[in-house]
Amino acid sequence: MKEIRFHGRGGQGAVIASEILATALFAEGKYVQTFPEFGVERRGAPVQAFLRFDTKPILLRCKVYTPDDIVVLDPMLVRTVNITQGLKPNGWILLNYPDNLDIHKTLQLHPEFKNYRLATVDATKIAIKYRLGPKTAPIVNTAILGAFVRITNYVTLEQVIDGIKEYVPLKIDENIEATKEAYEMVREIQS
Amino acid sequence: MKKVVTGNHAVSYGVKLARAQVIAAYPITPQTQVVELLSEFCASGKLNAKFIKVESEHSAMAACIAASASGARAFTATSAHGLALMHEMLHWAVGARTPVVMANINRAMGPGWSVWTDQNDSLAQRDVGWIQIYCESNQEVLDTTIQAFKIAERVLLPVMLILDAFVLSHTSEPVDIPDQEQVDEFLPPYNLKTKLDVNNPRAYGGLTNPDHYFELRYKIQKAHTEALAVIKEIDEEYKKHFGRQYGLVEPYRCDDAKVILVTSGTITSTARLVIDEMRDEGRKVGLLKYRVFRPTPREILRDILYRAQKVCVIDRNISFGHGGIFAQEIKSVLYGLPASPPVYSFIIGLGGRDVTPKDIREIIEYTYKEETPAEPVIYRGVRL
Repeated sequence: MKEIRFHGRGGQGAVIASEILATALFAEGKYVQTFPEFGVERRGAPVQAFLRFDTKPILLRCKVYTPDDIVVLDPMLVRTVNITQGLKPNGWILLNYPDNLDIHKTLQLHPEFKNYRLATVDATKIAIKYRLGPKTAPIVNTAILGAFVRITNYVTLEQVIDGIKEYVPLKIDENIEATKEAYEMVREIQS
Repeated sequence: MKKVVTGNHAVSYGVKLARAQVIAAYPITPQTQVVELLSEFCASGKLNAKFIKVESEHSAMAACIAASASGARAFTATSAHGLALMHEMLHWAVGARTPVVMANINRAMGPGWSVWTDQNDSLAQRDVGWIQIYCESNQEVLDTTIQAFKIAERVLLPVMLILDAFVLSHTSEPVDIPDQEQVDEFLPPYNLKTKLDVNNPRAYGGLTNPDHYFELRYKIQKAHTEALAVIKEIDEEYKKHFGRQYGLVEPYRCDDAKVILVTSGTITSTARLVIDEMRDEGRKVGLLKYRVFRPTPREILRDILYRAQKVCVIDRNISFGHGGIFAQEIKSVLYGLPASPPVYSFIIGLGGRDVTPKDIREIIEYTYKEETPAEPVIYRGVRL
């Protein structure tokens, strides 16, 4: 079984990202379970979503404590949330991170990232380019998914695009383009 | 069609497939999504039902009772304080013998204010006369919703299906959603023999003097007793149509078990993993899923549990001044049997505190090891 944790802020679409990925995995024959952090979500506040997938039915019904990988939709969350809590060694950290900033400065502040595989993509820039959400609070979830499937290969890009068609109510083509662009742009960071 | 859906939406799909005709509801977390999707079905014409917006849960239930009495298949959903506010009308639905179906998403009662899961809301309504069925997975939620209408209309008692807040209500997983034609074959239209009719007006629920009231109560209890066989029969029929059944209760690896754990709701699902793990280690442990809580499946509970040396019960609820409610029920069921096994009572996870495989394992280990429980009620994970 694999467990993935999404970190985002209310409004960025972390919960929907997890649902789209779950649908894509299910379409490829996996058993899936996805849920938001249980509580009351507020726009802009840190939120989490969780995804389990397996080749057999998932009976475990408790929180995810030791994720295999994490996806971070807002670069600023690294400062306020202990994003690597419980993350399994060598798991992926996929970070939405601006191209014009130096990731190594973040790495200096977070030496613990060395225990994991790190990849970044400027999902914010991509989401703004395709006018997904307002410029000040772009919806980065579809872009980050493109990057995530590229680095993990858990599911094909095509299947994620099918999931987007099912879940995203508006600007479907733009969302798909954003997903494809992030798929191309994601970079693994060597520490 | 298999689809990844939340527990809340599994209810909505079930209600749509059952062709409910009147839906009256008031929003409350974590239930809101149930009626939100149903209102969309009504607005788009996918479901031909009257959606009645009401000013409170008390009115929601009143509307459902009236709709049901006039021959319409009626549904509502609620949680916690909404259910509590309905209390008076819950009695009424039973006394009027209206087969209303309701989904209650188990949410803890405030204060302290909580939206998270425990069972005190539904168990506080234990004695009103509703059939209560506790679900473990989103598939079971959908299937039970469809079954509930058939059960209710056969025995003329309202049915409450119950699912855990968030752990099911907001959790998405694959659900096999049957075709409408299949459901139509299983569930015929609601056909009430005597119904309210504006052209032939009558009054229901008038003054019932002591010469008659007792008999009405006796008949409600009789209907509950008879409902056990009906629920079983409908469950078996459901299997013929859809390939799935759940039982009144479900014994899991109970043959030759020395210790049997009794659970309800989603804790059952996690407990299956623990039982498998301990069985792999050669431990003789089993699990009993308590699904139909009212009417009490007394005989089948006895048949399974009396063979164990010890029984432990997990309650995600508390009857203040007494203890865990399921444990109390199990003790009452086992009372009077020669050499009935001791019952170890554990309370855990109130207000949505997480229940992990480790918690469940330690409860079983404790029961295994200790000659007698240290306390009549053991609180697992309470921080003092």
